[in-house]
Amino acid sequence: MKMIKFLALGIVFGITLSKAEIISWYRIYEMFHFDSFHMYGVIGSAVGLGLLSIQVIKHLKIKNLYGSEIFISDKTGGYQRYLFGGILFGLGWALVGACPGPMFILLGYGYLSILIVILGAIVGTFLYGIVRQRLPH
Amino acid sequence: MEILLDPWPWYIAGPLIALNMFLLIYFGETFGVSSNLRTICAMSGAKKYSEFFDFNWRNQIWNVVFIVGAGIGGYVSSTYLSSDVGVHLSMASINSLKDIGIASSSAFLPEEIFSFDRLCSFSGFMTLLFGGVLVGFGARYAGGCTSGHAITGLSSMQLPSLIAVIGFFVGGLVMTHFLLPFIIQL
Repeated sequence: MKMIKFLALGIVFGITLSKAEIISWYRIYEMFHFDSFHMYGVIGSAVGLGLLSIQVIKHLKIKNLYGSEIFISDKTGGYQRYLFGGILFGLGWALVGACPGPMFILLGYGYLSILIVILGAIVGTFLYGIVRQRLPH
Repeated sequence: MEILLDPWPWYIAGPLIALNMFLLIYFGETFGVSSNLRTICAMSGAKKYSEFFDFNWRNQIWNVVFIVGAGIGGYVSSTYLSSDVGVHLSMASINSLKDIGIASSSAFLPEEIFSFDRLCSFSGFMTLLFGGVLVGFGARYAGGCTSGHAITGLSSMQLPSLIAVIGFFVGGLVMTHFLLPFIIQL
């Protein structure tokens, strides 16, 4: 039963990204052409409110549902993995017009060809696991 | 009902995404969708090939449940909440898309890349597979995707996430402006 809340959040997430057209390939294209404010508004307002809520959590020392302190782990390490990994991710994002969340939403929406993209993303993750020790991080 | 059926504006979607992140944190977890791809590898027995997949994936089931929910959300939207309005693209994008041979449509994915016919051609199939590989490989190399870096990472003011998001944009701009027009011709 603990899982129901995650299912519910996922459903809300899927509906939100569908109805606001964030899962649209065209919207991603438009974003990378700076032709519309839409995606910047979505990400900007999410980050703005996210910043605010995390500051509130820190200052009021809000505990989570299970009574423990809320702790957001820091991303560590050198800058190379973030830059190089980020660039590869961006190349793929702009090509298929979907990042990992939207892929699964598009599948549920009925776009079956996205299955090939999901398969590719799983293969890509696997390949990273194989070669990661030879990559600069 | 009209309000639900019409496309939602950014100032509804952005706050809902922030609320989603807040609740995931409140429920003792984090907002990061691409971790699921690693979990799927681990569940499929990938630890035989790399210790990167040797972790207790049962702790990550909540996240798999989350993306199953996201898929259900997509289904609910297309079945019960869809309108015929279609995506309102800007004129500038409609024109530049026409220049590279992509017609704007009311669908979420362009036929010119995602149609069944394209999929059945070698180049069409490889385009989708390769795009997916880049997303999966890049997300794990960078340690997160849009949700983990752009939303959670920037919200908690982490410099590595800012670098990753700049990387997302460098890659995205190069693809959209320089590579996509050629890939589409293949």
